Amino acid sequence: MREKSYLRALGAVLLAALPLLLSGCSSALMDPKGQVGEEQRVLIITAFVLMLIVVIPVIVMTLLFAYRYRESNKDATYKPNWAHSTAIEVVVWFIPCVIIAVLAVLTWITSHSLDPFKPLETDSDKPPVVIQAVSLDWKWVFIYPEQNIATVNEITFPANRPVEFQITSGTVMNAFWIPTLGSQIYAMAGMDSRLNLIADEQGTFEGRSSNYSGAGFSEMTFKAHAVSEDDYQNWITKVKASDKTLSYKGNYQELAEPSEENPVQYFSSVSPNLYNNILDGFRKGVEDKGEHGEVSNSEHGERVSAEAVE
Amino acid sequence: MFGKLTLDAIPFHEPIIMVTVAIIAIVGAGVVGWITLNKKWGYLWREWITSIDHKRLGIMYFLVALVMLIRGFADAIMMRTQQAMAAGGAEGYLPPEHYDQIFTAHGVIMIFFVAMPMVIGLMNLLVPLQIGARDVAFPFMNNLSFWLFAAGVVLVNVSLFVGEFAKTGWLAYAPLSGAKYSPGVGVDYWIWALQISGIGTTLTGINFFVTIMKMRTKGMTLFRMPIFTWTCLVTNVLIIAAFPILTATIALLTLDRYLDFHFFTNDMGGNLMMYVNLIWAWGHPEVYILILPAFGVFSEVISTFSKKPLFGYNTMVWATMAIGVLSFIVWLHHFFTMGAGANVNAFFGIMTMIIAIPTGVKIFNWLFTMYRGRIEFASPVLWTLGFIITFTLGGMTGVMLAVPGADFVLHNSLFVIAHFHNVIIGGVVFGMMAGYSFYFPKAFGFKLNEKWGKRSFWFWLVGFYVAFMPLYILSFDGAVRRMQSYANTDWQPLMIVAWFGAVLILCGILCTAIQLYVSIRDRNQNRDVTGDAWNGRTLEWAVASPPPYYNFSHLPEIHSIDNYWADKQKTQGKAQLADPESVEYNDIHMPHNTNAGPIMGLFSIVFGFALVWHIWWMVGVGAIGMFAAFMARIFSENTDYHIPAEEVKRMETEHYNRVKMQA
Repeated sequence: MREKSYLRALGAVLLAALPLLLSGCSSALMDPKGQVGEEQRVLIITAFVLMLIVVIPVIVMTLLFAYRYRESNKDATYKPNWAHSTAIEVVVWFIPCVIIAVLAVLTWITSHSLDPFKPLETDSDKPPVVIQAVSLDWKWVFIYPEQNIATVNEITFPANRPVEFQITSGTVMNAFWIPTLGSQIYAMAGMDSRLNLIADEQGTFEGRSSNYSGAGFSEMTFKAHAVSEDDYQNWITKVKASDKTLSYKGNYQELAEPSEENPVQYFSSVSPNLYNNILDGFRKGVEDKGEHGEVSNSEHGERVSAEAVE
Repeated sequence: MFGKLTLDAIPFHEPIIMVTVAIIAIVGAGVVGWITLNKKWGYLWREWITSIDHKRLGIMYFLVALVMLIRGFADAIMMRTQQAMAAGGAEGYLPPEHYDQIFTAHGVIMIFFVAMPMVIGLMNLLVPLQIGARDVAFPFMNNLSFWLFAAGVVLVNVSLFVGEFAKTGWLAYAPLSGAKYSPGVGVDYWIWALQISGIGTTLTGINFFVTIMKMRTKGMTLFRMPIFTWTCLVTNVLIIAAFPILTATIALLTLDRYLDFHFFTNDMGGNLMMYVNLIWAWGHPEVYILILPAFGVFSEVISTFSKKPLFGYNTMVWATMAIGVLSFIVWLHHFFTMGAGANVNAFFGIMTMIIAIPTGVKIFNWLFTMYRGRIEFASPVLWTLGFIITFTLGGMTGVMLAVPGADFVLHNSLFVIAHFHNVIIGGVVFGMMAGYSFYFPKAFGFKLNEKWGKRSFWFWLVGFYVAFMPLYILSFDGAVRRMQSYANTDWQPLMIVAWFGAVLILCGILCTAIQLYVSIRDRNQNRDVTGDAWNGRTLEWAVASPPPYYNFSHLPEIHSIDNYWADKQKTQGKAQLADPESVEYNDIHMPHNTNAGPIMGLFSIVFGFALVWHIWWMVGVGAIGMFAAFMARIFSENTDYHIPAEEVKRMETEHYNRVKMQA
């Protein structure tokens, strides 16, 4: 009787916990809205299932052996000196090796296919939208070099068209992440990183810095709107109508001062080479890398120039 | 005169800190008063503080670890409470200024001042006994290591009420930890606490490496060593190889902060990526430094209580060594998102997964040790079973993180937090708790109360799952680590569940405290006079509990693994104690206690504190004090003595009579 009431209580607890567990299924990672995130969802589930091949037997064996060979069970075989079996040892080395071999192949393939620096292969015939993201204390500045506009803590881009993020930092290290779309990448001062993403449907997604950067880190969030091409053009027009502009030598320096819970701001134009100026601002005292303007605007980013040096 | 230090450094306006300080002051005054009242200072100084006895040092390490566990846990539950409250615009009760110090302190304390001293404490207590030695290779250095470690503990605790602690996260990533972004003294406390205790750890590594290599008793070849000693050997190799990297990295950061160098700054050619690489080149081996001795404890426990030799001893040794080697070529998996490129990421991802192979083999070996055994469910066994299941799950999430493609969405999220608590609580903490209950009778001569021990286990186990499974789920919705507050109110229910899990763990810690009290109160019922409380298999059980300070009256000779067990089998499972009347005893050569260790520790506190506050004359005092004490020790000729044979005989006779009387 008492045992049953235990079971009933356990059942009630599990039932209460069910919605919480299910909430995981409709989450950003398990219900992604972009090609990158979708590939990662499949990858996570595949890796998980592969490992269950070992994990489940281990858990079952642990409980089974513990129960079967309990001290009070005198029916169970007891072999006080048995401590070696070549057959068992071969099997316990072999099975993990096979699973890790499979995972290793998977890792090699997906490390390349999901390389954040690599441009996406998509059906879209349009060139990617370029957005330069700069982390500051504690806000994001987004520069659209082709449109010559900038924003704080908000981006808008067309759905179904790749977006190339060029990422750097005007302060300590942060990480740029829109969980619903997929990968994140560190934002580091003086470094020019790449992240290629795409939204497969329209919507508003949460973005944030995922790497702790100081007091205002928790509110270092932004909205990412994936919209239709028309709405994207309308949004650009709206930003262009702003009476504020952003220049490196001028108000950028004020913007870079620490501030928390920053509202969205629009800048109708930006000073030329703003992004490169920010990068170069941290390269003082470093010779040979030269002015960024001269190195063909660093179109291909740090990695290419690093390779060129080699 | 006092550098940067003024009265403003004491946070009078922070009620939480002031109450904590008051409680610490009251408890401290109580302890000091009690010692004074009972006139125990002389005893403490002679028998403990200046002791070079590895067993006593081991006990002191473990004691400090348990006290610091309470401090680290207080940080943990404050964080959980904050996150349970601060949703959807609510700010909770901890401002970022405060919250950021707490999560930094939590990580630093739990790794450096709880997990490390537990591991090193057990190592101190057991390794010389397991290899049949009378002490470690460098007994004075062992005492010094402890006091340098204790100096680090003191500095971390002083930061609570004089100044502040770092607000950078436990690894103090540059450039956030640089002078520009962290101008306060918090990072300086972090630097000197870790630098001083880290040097102590390096010395311990050297000490035990030499001890194990050179001081094994006759017949104890490497492949006859108890498995716990094996894991300690590998751990000490890792310490020797990894801790200098930490020391160097912190030294470079110190130059940046104190002398305006630019190793890791944003500009002037500094490179934060170098810091991140260096700190993890130490940081990854560090987690294996912690887990390997825990593996050793589980191996000893499961074999003893299954009443069978460890399955696949050789495999176990090779697996341990493989893990030790691999631990140095995986560090990059802590920052796949830095953008190193697909080939590099894939290499480090695959190397990381390969560690899962020897680890998996170990788990199967433990399972097959249980297979066809007679398992007695004492509390060390419960911790071990809880470990096998929990650690397997933690290993699984670890392999998921090791896939760079998946890590791009799991990195920096609560998934990482859940994963490493899964392996550190499930592995290191469970291992140390198993070791604590298993070896307590060896250290003190009586067993711990089983009922409260089992309660502690169940609270910890259930508490762990309730506290950390919600974090896995939350991470799938993009919840990141180190958030002081968050906008998404959907996360709050699970955050509250996690908070409740922390409360359950608190109950587990309370059970351990009650267990200690009850066990000391009832020590006469739980006494073990034989020295072999659990029908053990290895040499440490062949001596009295607590062992005499010289450990072995005659250094034993070993013919096999589990030699002590094999000997007992020759006489119907009963240990044969030789009648002291029929034995000839010799004088035993032993080292003297040392004043230099604690004095150098004290001056290193002065030194560190002065550097934190830029009180340069005091830095001089600290440095000269350390140097003078060290010189005094070096030129002292009175460092060792002989225990007369009669004294050895007297102690052995006492033990013999106690065992006979009980029989």
